Amino acid sequence: MRDEDILVIQEPQLTAAERLYLPQIVDGLKTTLRHLFNVQRRNQTVVQYPEVKRELRIANYRGVHRLNKDPDGRVACVACFMCSTACPAHCIHIEAGESPWPDREKYPVKFDIDELRCIYCGMCEEACPVDAIELTPCFDVVGLTREEMIFDKEKLLEIYDQTKDLKPRKNPPVTDYGLTGGQDPRVAAPNAEEKI
Amino acid sequence: MRDPVAIKIERALRNPAIFFGAAAVIGVIAIAVLVALALTFANVLASQFGLSLIVMAIVLVIMLTACALCILAERRVSAWVQDRHGPNRVGFAGLLQPIADGIKMFIKEDIIPGNVDRPLYLLAPALAFGIALLGFAVIPWAGYVRWPWMPADAAPLATQVANLDIGFLYIVAIASMGVYGVVLAGYASNNKYAFYGGMRAAAQMISYEIPMGLGLLCILLTAGTLRLDDVVNAQARAGLWYVFYQPLAFLLILTSSFAETNRTPFDLAECEQELVGGYHTEYSALKFGMFFLGEYAHMITGSALLIALFFGGWHVWLLPGVESTTWWAMLIKFGVYWLKIAIFLGFFMLVRWTLPRFRFDRLMRMAWQALVPMGMGLVLATAILVVLGWNQNLLACSAANALVLLVSLLWAGHARTPVTGRQENLPPIDVRPA
Repeated sequence: MRDEDILVIQEPQLTAAERLYLPQIVDGLKTTLRHLFNVQRRNQTVVQYPEVKRELRIANYRGVHRLNKDPDGRVACVACFMCSTACPAHCIHIEAGESPWPDREKYPVKFDIDELRCIYCGMCEEACPVDAIELTPCFDVVGLTREEMIFDKEKLLEIYDQTKDLKPRKNPPVTDYGLTGGQDPRVAAPNAEEKI
Repeated sequence: MRDPVAIKIERALRNPAIFFGAAAVIGVIAIAVLVALALTFANVLASQFGLSLIVMAIVLVIMLTACALCILAERRVSAWVQDRHGPNRVGFAGLLQPIADGIKMFIKEDIIPGNVDRPLYLLAPALAFGIALLGFAVIPWAGYVRWPWMPADAAPLATQVANLDIGFLYIVAIASMGVYGVVLAGYASNNKYAFYGGMRAAAQMISYEIPMGLGLLCILLTAGTLRLDDVVNAQARAGLWYVFYQPLAFLLILTSSFAETNRTPFDLAECEQELVGGYHTEYSALKFGMFFLGEYAHMITGSALLIALFFGGWHVWLLPGVESTTWWAMLIKFGVYWLKIAIFLGFFMLVRWTLPRFRFDRLMRMAWQALVPMGMGLVLATAILVVLGWNQNLLACSAANALVLLVSLLWAGHARTPVTGRQENLPPIDVRPA
């Protein structure tokens, strides 16, 4: 920083009335009193939470995670570790196993998310190549112990069952890569959405 | 897992009918017990010593309740000023929140840090709260009372804990002791932020003691007595409160009592942005609660004092005056006094959520360069009025106040505040909007 970059300003001199403070205090009290008695305004501003719930933007609200299921009811995850690599909080723990199904190589034997450690940034959702992990609009998740807040695969799939009506899975499953040879509509016209 | 019964009770207490019903039942029982006790100990009540003891007990109970309610009121007022609702869940409209707060304070972990000066550390909260309570002793709560069972020729009793001849001096002495709790807390905590807080509090309280003393002196000269009950009686007899006689002295003492209670805009001793929590940084649980209660006790004492000095104590026009000494007149006076205190507390809270904090040098400058000279001028003017025999003359007194204010204004307009901490050799840039 150069000297000429420094802007030295002088405090404005107060007038006699300002230095008496009283007119300013009275002005301030008028403002606070106006707010104090403005019942309508605070009724508009405040959402009485447990009784009234705010309208969330369901499509992109970042609440607790879920693991999506494909139409056959299988876990959509292919255990590629993209999400746990992308995770800045290192809260995703995956153990992969050989897939029992012919359309993919791997599937998650274990899939744990430490919901207390998660910062709900949504990077896992961005990273997932098959849109298996998604953040839901559920934010009121509570537990009495830390262990209880480490959500395993069953819990995450259960959250999918609870929230699939509220927020349908974003995209059709694309877990059949390599077998259908690019029959997926998104692969055929990758920029379809942008053209519209 | 939560107990469903507790949830049911909680829900039920939110219902206004049940809440106020329960409150009424408890109130009726309490009043019945009080009346029964009063009739049982009628002889004790008929002596000044006994009455003082009873007043002490009652005022202490009211005071603790009022402190707890103040915390709720403060939170509600701050919320309303900021377009929020504040605590409105526990009980009807959140009225049981103080109980929840109290339970929280009691069951929190009480941490005593390792390197504190233990005796002083434990003493400080007790001092902060205890000294704030001491000021109550000389407040004339409800004038004089003569019980129906007392002989008609007996002198009426003062509803005052201590009817001191030196009420004013006692208040000044107690007010200056209030700094001990804060300074000891800061010192004993062995923490530099707490220490800064304590130091600031000491400097600030000592500075603002002087304008307060000068303001008290003006009232002393006007009233011609050191007894607080005489001051209140004089106002009640004249039907004119001293705030009309000495408005400037009122402003002086009001400002000083804001500073003495360590409240915004003078809460530099605990300013969160600079000093974590100030002098009570290292305190937790009930010890922190003691400081908290002490602040509100201080506020109530300060309001009670201001009301006694400037707003006629228990006096309101058209209500029972000095001569009525019946028990119901006493109750009315007592109620009026606490109503006035409630109004004052509301004002204190409103100011807290209106004004930003002073910078420390401005705070000191205001005390020493504005309030002290103003107070001295006011004392001088009032003393001249006393010599002329006009100290009970409304017109003369208010004119003297106006004159002192005018002179101060002229001086303020003339004098320029030195700008500190700036590079003086650089050209100034005027940032004032055209």
